This record gives sequence, C-alpha cells and structure tokens, in this order.
Amino acid sequence: MTISVAMTVNGKSVSGKVEARTLLVQFLREHLGLTGTHVGCDTSQCGACVVHVDGKSIKSCTILACQLDGAKVTTIEGLAPSADKLHPMQEAFRENHALQCGFCTPGMVMSAIDMVKRNNYQLDEKTVRRELEGNLCRCTGYHNIVKAILAAAPAMKSAGV
Amino acid sequence: MTAETGIGARVKRKEDQRFLTGTGRYVDDLPLARATYAYFLRSPHAHARIKSIDTSKAKAMPGVVEIFTGKDTADAKMGGLICGWVVKDKHGQPHKAPPHPVMALDTVRYVGDTVAMVVANSHDEAKDAAEAIKVDYEVKPSNVDLAKALKGAPEVHAEAPGNLIYDWEIGVKADVDAAFAKAAHVTKLDIVNNRLIPNAMEPRAAAADYDRGTGNYTLWSTSQNPHVLRLILSAFVLGIPEHKLRVIAPDVGGGFGSKIFCYNEETMLTWAASRVGRPIKWTAERAESFMTDAHGRDHVTHAELALDKDGKFLGLKVDTIANMGAYLSTFSTAVPTYLYATLLAGQYTTPLIYANVKAALTHTAPVDAYRGAGRPEATFVIESIVSKAAKELKMDPAELRRKNFIPKEAFPYQTPVALQYDSGNYPPIIDEAMKIADYKGFEARRAEAKSRGKLRGIGFSSYIEACGLAPSQVIGQLGGGVGQWESAQIKFNPTGNVQILTGAHSHGQSHETTFAQIVSDKLGVPLEQIEVVHGDTATTPFGMGSYGSRSLAVGGSAIMKAADKVIAKGKKIAAHLMEASVADVVFENGVFKVAGTDKNVPLGQAVFAAYVPHNYPLQELEPGMDENAFYDPANFVYPAGTQICEVEVDPDTGTVEVIAHTAVDDFGNIINPMIVEGQVHGGIVQGVGQALLENAVYDKETGQLMSGSYMDYTMPRADDVPSFKLGYKVTPCPHNPLGVKGCGEAGAIAAPAAVMNAVHDALVPLGVTHVPMPATPLNVWQAIHGGK
Repeated sequence: MTISVAMTVNGKSVSGKVEARTLLVQFLREHLGLTGTHVGCDTSQCGACVVHVDGKSIKSCTILACQLDGAKVTTIEGLAPSADKLHPMQEAFRENHALQCGFCTPGMVMSAIDMVKRNNYQLDEKTVRRELEGNLCRCTGYHNIVKAILAAAPAMKSAGV
Repeated sequence: MTAETGIGARVKRKEDQRFLTGTGRYVDDLPLARATYAYFLRSPHAHARIKSIDTSKAKAMPGVVEIFTGKDTADAKMGGLICGWVVKDKHGQPHKAPPHPVMALDTVRYVGDTVAMVVANSHDEAKDAAEAIKVDYEVKPSNVDLAKALKGAPEVHAEAPGNLIYDWEIGVKADVDAAFAKAAHVTKLDIVNNRLIPNAMEPRAAAADYDRGTGNYTLWSTSQNPHVLRLILSAFVLGIPEHKLRVIAPDVGGGFGSKIFCYNEETMLTWAASRVGRPIKWTAERAESFMTDAHGRDHVTHAELALDKDGKFLGLKVDTIANMGAYLSTFSTAVPTYLYATLLAGQYTTPLIYANVKAALTHTAPVDAYRGAGRPEATFVIESIVSKAAKELKMDPAELRRKNFIPKEAFPYQTPVALQYDSGNYPPIIDEAMKIADYKGFEARRAEAKSRGKLRGIGFSSYIEACGLAPSQVIGQLGGGVGQWESAQIKFNPTGNVQILTGAHSHGQSHETTFAQIVSDKLGVPLEQIEVVHGDTATTPFGMGSYGSRSLAVGGSAIMKAADKVIAKGKKIAAHLMEASVADVVFENGVFKVAGTDKNVPLGQAVFAAYVPHNYPLQELEPGMDENAFYDPANFVYPAGTQICEVEVDPDTGTVEVIAHTAVDDFGNIINPMIVEGQVHGGIVQGVGQALLENAVYDKETGQLMSGSYMDYTMPRADDVPSFKLGYKVTPCPHNPLGVKGCGEAGAIAAPAAVMNAVHDALVPLGVTHVPMPATPLNVWQAIHGGK
C-alpha cells in the first residue's frame, strides 16, 4: 500500500508516494536524493540522521514519512544560506576541525544548531557534552566538536540565526 | 604563500566543504540506475551443520530477483577468502589455514556467518524474502571462550586440530629464564585485552556493476585499500582479471582497520553482478556491522618482568593467547605476532625478552587489525606491568620508567625483539607530559578528592609503536604476501594546476589537505591549485592503501620523490629556456633561477613549455609534466610518547570519571598540527573506550553476540571524556624525506594502559590490585568488594 505525502524540504515543496513503513530518512535519501542525511545505526542512537522538522531536531530514522504531511523539513543540504556562505555552525566545524571522515557530521551539525537555540545561545562545555548524548562520532574524540559548538553559539547569535 | 599553507601550517581542510554541506559521496549515496539490493541471511547459531536450505518460498516473494547460497558459489568454483600473511610457528611450519568460504557451504561457524544472499528490487523486499528462507540447522557444540579454546573446546575447523592456528615464539627462553634467576624482584601480571568492535560510523557497504558490452566489473566499496582489495578478488577469489575489475572507494566514513579486509559481501556482490545483469547495492545494517566486521584485540596474557635491586629491567616473559575468531581474516595472523611481540621492548632497555603467542580459533567473528593492531596490546602489557612493578617496589612510576628508558645516545637502537628503533628521545617527552599534567600537584588533588568521598588516581603510559608499514623486504621475510611501498603521481595540467594521485586512501585522515600542503611547500604551487585524487584503481597508480599509520610516512614520501622528479625535469626545461647549464639552475619557491643572475623561469612556465613544446629540448626530453614515484621505506617509523590520565573513582558505585588526560607525542616533523591533534583526540577516546566502556561479549552458552547494538555495546560519548591536553617533542625520522613518523594510532595505543593504571592507582587505598578491562562500574565495584 502506498501513501501520498507532501512536505516542504529545504524550502521546496516536495511530494511522493511512499510505503507506509518508509522512514523520513528513506524518503529524503531514496526519493529525494538528499543523501547528506546519513544512516549509521538501526536503533536510533548514532544521530547521523538528525534533521530539523518544523525547527526542531529529530532523528529522521525514528519517524515515518507519512507522519510528516505538511511539515517543514531542513536537512544539511538546506542549511547554508548560499553556495559560498556557510551557516555559522558549519563554519565553526570547519574552523575547529570538528570533522574527519564526515559521516556523523550532518547529524552533529543539525543537533548542534538545535542545541544552541534551545539553550538560548548560552552554552558551557559540560552542557554541550551532555547534550551530545544522541550523537556518536568515532573519529574526533568530540574535543573539537565541543570546541566548535561553543564557538558557534555566539556566532549564531550575532548572525541572528 | 608556503608559510600559510606549507609544511607546519594549520591549514583548514579542503575536504570539509562537501562534508559540511551534505555533498560527500559515500558508497550508499551512489545513484545507480536499475539497481537491485542485496540482503544477507546470516547464521543464528555459533556452530551448526546446514542440513538443507529451501529458498522456494522466498524466491516467489515480491520483488525478488535472485537468491544465492553456498551451493551456487561451489558450483561456480569460487575461491575462498584468503589470509595474506603466513606466520611460521616455532618449528618453522606455516600456520594452519582452514578454508574460508565466501558463503557457508555445509557448516556455519559463528553467529553472523553468511548463509544466503537475496537480491531484490528494494532493500525491504530482499529482507522480507530472507525471512522466508528455510534453513534446517543441526546445532553443534560451540565455544566462544578464548581461555578454553585450546583446552579441548569444540573444534572450529578440522584443519586446525585443537583450534590451534600457530604456536609462535620470539626470543630465547633459556636466556630470559637465566636473567630471571638473577632478579631481585619479579612482577607478575595476568590480563585480558578486551575484544572490541571497531564501529566506524559509516557501516560497510558495497555496490557492484557488470558491463556486458566490455566485460568490465566495477565494485564500489568502503575500502581502506582498493588496489589490495582488487588484487585479492582477482588473483585469489573470483578470478576476474585485474584489468577487468575496477574498485572504487569513494568517500569512506572511517575505517580504523575494519575496512582493510576483503569481506564476503563485496565478493558476492561482484560475482553476482554479472549473473543478475543489474547493479547490486548493499549496506550493512549496524547489527550486521557488530556481527561481521572484523573485531579487534582479544588477548589473554600472562607476563613477568624481572628487575634488579635498583629497578633496572633484566628480562620480560610474555605468554599470550590471541583470538582469531572462526576464520582467518586478511591480515589476522600478523597482528598478534609481528605487530605485537616485536613491540615488547617498549621504550626500555630490557635486554632479554621472550614471547610465546598461540593463535586460537573460536566460534566468533574473525579478529583482525583494529586501530593500533597489536601495538595497543603490547603497550598494555608493558605499561601495566611497569606500573605494577613500580607499585610493588614503592617507586614513582615516572622514575622507574626514566631509569629504564633507552637513552638518546643509543639510537639507532636494536631491541632484542627484531626491531631497530631509528630515532627517539624519551625523557623530555615524559618531563613535558608531567609538566602539562601538573604531576607535582597531584597529591593535593588526590587529597581534595578524598574530602569529597572520591578516590583519585593517576596513570602513565609511555608507548612506542612501529608504523609506516613497511619495508617490503622485511615484510617478505616475515611471511607477508604483499609489498608495502606506496605510489604517487604528480600530474601537472598545461595551465599549471596539479593533480596528486596517491595509492593511499583517506577515510578521515585528511590526505586531500596534507598531501596538497606537501606539494605546495615543495613546488610552490598555491594550495587551491592542487587536487588530491585517491581511491579509484582506474585513475590512481597501484598502491597499498591506508592503515598502520603509513599514509604520510610512506605515501607522503612517494609524493616527495615524485616532486623531486618534477624539479629535476623542470630544471632541464628551465635551463633550455634560460640558455643556461642545468648544473647552474636552482629551484626556489616555485621558480627556477640561474644562480647569480636575474634569469628565472617560474615552474608554471616550464610546465607550459612541456605541454606546448615549441621551444623545448625535444631531442633530449619528453614533453609533458607527469611524474610517478614508488617509495619503499628503509625501516618502520617509531612514534613514541607518554600519556598521563587522571581519574576519580566513586567507591560506592564503581563509576570511573576521566578528569584529565594528557598526551605528549613525538611524531617527527608535523605537516598540519590541527589535523594531528584531531588524530590524537580520536585515538585517545578509542583507547578510553577500551579501558572503561567497550566490550564485545558473546554468550558462553549460546554463542550469541550480546553486545550487538549501540544499546549493548558502549561507545564513548561526548560526556564520557574531557577535553585533552596535548604536547609535542620532535625527533625527525632520519630515513624518510619528510622526517615524519605516524600519528593515526598513537592515541589508541597508549590510552588504555594510562587509564587502567590510573584506576589501579586510585584503588590502592582499598587494597585492590586488579580490575579487569573495561573498568566498568560493575567490574570496579566487584574488584572493590572482592569479586562478590
């Protein structure tokens, strides 16, 4: 049985017919070709698939595409304001070498942005480490990810994003 | 230009733009028209005979294209997977080499062993159909317990009686025994190096396509070494000639060793692509990664250290049983021998060392190289026993180490276990680490912690590693089946920009940046005009790939050699253009000059002349600027360092918190400190993970993998570790052109011993002398309460 879904992804209206069991991450990757959102586990723990749904971070492997009819979804591909300008969080990740293999990075960046906003742009190291509970990285040892998020918080505030 | 982007500069990474914007291309991301999807049915039993497989119902399921079983591979006379390193046992006999079928034929030997491959129009349809395959198993007794493997446990393979793969030794036991007879003190240690599951964040994946028109196969694989994978598939397993098989390892999301090896799934996909007639894709679910990626470590060791009355080491004896799992993975046999026992001198002058290593089979996933591969196990033995000896002798652990360090003047230093350390200077490293860690202030911090009810401890780990794999002739003498050189090609385009083609492979190591820095520095080409190409057997020269911290020391050296050839050729072109003698031409900052004159030819001009050779010495010189080099190292490289870990243990709960962790390393010259720091951070956390959190556990009754998901296998998370304090000391490597050592594995090699020594130090007031690794709250609590 297929179900029709329509939602806004990265500012564009998209629609498609999906199986009832199709996860949001499958819809993004397989139907829309937005392969920046990654799948790193089967148990909703690694966080590589985090996207924003209606402004909040969500693991796109934990929600069905058909639950999101009418929703506004932002993925890593839709984050940078233009081709030559990155979001302050992306920029902070680059400045602080907060990524190595790049696989966890999209989820990390999406989680980190939500974290900064939820904490009203005010973070300390302990909070960042605790809040990263839902995102695994095997390369960086988290040191530079934490540094990047702490650097991005004031940058996001002054950029008004 | 080069000051900002050359050797030593903290250049931001070229690869980041695509990874930060979601435009990286990993294997699973590939859009392949008409693709089918594979799903592998795996054994639910640790050991069973397959009585029958009925695929008839599954074949009729929606979307199913084809189903293959071991019978199909046998009918096709497919070769088995190979172990590429022949270790000779103590009697000179080659190790036992039981067959490793790509698909189980009549027996399954671990939970996860490959039983059938379903190809369907979608992943979900393939998975649904796999559930409909009926396999009739006759369950047989199994053993997952390494300690019992050689004591009459059920046999894994008839070809390896008693489950023994080899009984290997290094050193002369009688000489070491004689040293022990003279010892004033002997410290004894029994430890288990816990089994780990690598867990690169990108699961293993493959896609294969067959072109009927050309007869060419293409395999996309999450490989750390696409050329080696192709060689194995071509020469040993599938018989597809190398020139008809292209292996592409695009962006790969971490490897840590687990993606070196040739696995069943990519082999089956390649083979089946021509039979199915459509591309086939497969990506491991995380549960499959846990079950079937080659695991790491898993040693049971007894060690003894003999000391004289002043604390000088007289001899070291080590007995180790190493778990191979159910089949021998690609380089498994070398890990607990030549990458382990040859490192047992550590940083010390221990004059006599004897090690006996027995490799054993169990009904578990294959075990092979994982970040550090043998060297973390060696470091854990040495650094645990040295710290234990210090405690027994009531000596400061740093002082006992310093007393036994190989002195600076002794390099090159021949160890009693085959290696010759090329360079090093260890005392300044430990001094710097103690300064950064504020060792002097530790007792005050311990007292303060005590006032809060916490037990604070400090632990040292002074590691040595041999990496930069490796001098080919040495590898050949030791039984390795391949060369260990690396290749490079520097290909200028007519307009002066450059492609560096390397046989190394980056799966997080940042080669696109580091290698570009080397060439920018050496040839004066702006960084943005350099592109690094890797990971495709059709475009890059044959190379050995990336593992064993070899990419820079060996691959970077090949790039330097190729750059030297560019300069040599450029000098001839420039001499022609300047009407000067080649001998008078010098190359500085990207410009050829005639010394003492104002004549000059920028490299770009020489390159252009080479491609548009209107005014060019065509009689003596070929046109073009495209230089190849192969570099075979003269020796391993020997990074060394000291880590100091400080922990607090909560005696009520057994919880261990890492409060501070310091690492001071000698990696030789450093190309990009930002990238090196990142490598060290990540390595330390994998080491802390091993020490405190991670453990691959099989149920001893059923052989089921109990730690088979992120709910059961504790990966280090951000709040499990602190930020780190790093420092460097530099003794350049004397035998490679960059003076570099390797930094990829050091963190993971040193950290487990540093953490465990800190835990033991913290527990001294409670009289605890041994906590098993990982020091989980349960293990610590039980150690405190006498195993209750």
